[in-house]
Amino acid sequence: MSETSAELSHIREKLGPKVLDALQAQGDEVLCLDRGGLRASFLVLKEDGALGYDFLSDITAVDYWQKKEPRFEVVYQLVSLGKRRRLRVRVPVPESDPSVESLTPLWRGANFLEREVWDLFGIRFIDHPDLRRVLLYEEFQGFPLRKDYPVNLCQPRVPERKVEGTFVDERSHNKLLRLKKTLGIKI
Amino acid sequence: MKAENPELPVETMELQMGPSHPATHGTIKFNLKLEGEKVLACDVEVGFLHRGFDKSCEQATWTQVIPYTDRLNYASSLINNVGYAMAVEKLIGAQTPPRCQYIRVIISELARIFDHLTCCGMAASELGAITVGFYMIEARELIMRIVENLTGARLTVTYVRIGGVKHDLPEGFADHVTQTFKTIRQLLGDCERLLSRNRIFLDRMSGVGTISRETALSYCLTGPLLRGSGVNYDVRKAFPYLVYDQLDFEVPLGSKGDNYDRFLCRIREIEQSMKIVDQALEKLPVGPVWIDDPRFVLPEKEKVYGSIEGLMHHFKIIMDGIQVPPGETYFAVEGGNGELGFYVVSDGGGKPYRLRVRPPCFIAMGAFHEMIQGYMVADIIPTFGMVNMIGGECDR
Repeated sequence: MSETSAELSHIREKLGPKVLDALQAQGDEVLCLDRGGLRASFLVLKEDGALGYDFLSDITAVDYWQKKEPRFEVVYQLVSLGKRRRLRVRVPVPESDPSVESLTPLWRGANFLEREVWDLFGIRFIDHPDLRRVLLYEEFQGFPLRKDYPVNLCQPRVPERKVEGTFVDERSHNKLLRLKKTLGIKI
Repeated sequence: MKAENPELPVETMELQMGPSHPATHGTIKFNLKLEGEKVLACDVEVGFLHRGFDKSCEQATWTQVIPYTDRLNYASSLINNVGYAMAVEKLIGAQTPPRCQYIRVIISELARIFDHLTCCGMAASELGAITVGFYMIEARELIMRIVENLTGARLTVTYVRIGGVKHDLPEGFADHVTQTFKTIRQLLGDCERLLSRNRIFLDRMSGVGTISRETALSYCLTGPLLRGSGVNYDVRKAFPYLVYDQLDFEVPLGSKGDNYDRFLCRIREIEQSMKIVDQALEKLPVGPVWIDDPRFVLPEKEKVYGSIEGLMHHFKIIMDGIQVPPGETYFAVEGGNGELGFYVVSDGGGKPYRLRVRPPCFIAMGAFHEMIQGYMVADIIPTFGMVNMIGGECDR
């Protein structure tokens, strides 16, 4: 726990026990927040006059499968347009209940960003107005950016037509079948 | 143009526009709810070009990711290269030599001009001003020749490396650029004469797709979309990187936040970019274009073929990838369409543990329904044109 900037100590003062950690790394200010009452914490970051992180730049997640507990981390990039500062907020999320509060009431742009995190990581956003898949299609099974999702597992939306004839190369097809068999996935 | 109180009774109709529509360059689907020609609601479906960029990057070494970044926004692949390389350099803690920084500024601005010309030219030709489209495509072709001369490729350039650029500028580069800019200024002047008092163009652009300052901020918009609404946020000015703080340029701002303001922002940014390139070429220092650190830089070819140490060094970098210390960082550059951020997480190996791109036009598509609500179906075309959605970046 290394704390050097006045900004971070001010945040710690304001948010109290919700701050799990506050540090500076590679010139970035990083804040680890508890996911309980997340929207209220962000409201403080956004509205507090001394902080003024009024612009949400990005929402994403990282899967630390078998590396770290809790498994997921939702990462927010905030910008203070007036003060020209950046802040990164990391929120640990356990695998047993992958959900955090939605920020859509604070920033409407969070809508698409949260849908993407749900789509690719399977992290639910509570009170999100319209939590659907955005990049993938509704019938897609699993969450591809989780580390336990195999990279070469194909899920064609329309079943691939069987090719018959003399010059059919079955090697790649067989490899895929073997993979699906070992993983026990039925598509 | 807002559709006003239709006299005839109308019923709500649902219309699906896309995914492959001749006037929307890019595969995207709009599920529209219409009352006559007026758009009541619009649900945007993206993802038709999703190819798993993040997941693919986790399988490749740090250097092998660079060609993947070319394919994000393929109209400004040089900026993507620069953004990615600088994010990794930030994690390493490396500082590139001044000549490399100036070269990166020059190529970023060339790519920005390229991007804006594509966007404006296409938008104009979709509104019937096909001559303007041709003029801008010609100007773009001239930029493309500079890029081709420099990198050997036209779109997927892969010019920037972690810790430098692939090679120095070719001979006669400055003259080539100066000559080209002269022609581009003429072409832009012609375009302005064709458009600035053109009633059809103004009627269809002005007051259409309006988005207020507060709404634009709430939707996390960046780039010409945000600046068109009058918010002064340009990453080059707000968080200066490379040598942008030593160069003199302005950030053009709109006031109404309609399509015409966005168009003007882009056109004025082309002029500012040319100004930046001129200054950078004048100030261009001599020196190396690579950092002096054998951990990240490939050895010279003579050493690779002439000594066992050189060969091993080359082999280790190619096979294992450069070793990036564990950690995570976020670095953003001003892309053609807005803040292009790279969030990189390393676990200390030769491959990225997680690589996330903040795609400016994906976020813009999240606000598209707000821009088009209450306008007519035909207004979708100029509005979508000014968002400049690039499928490769939006869907990754």
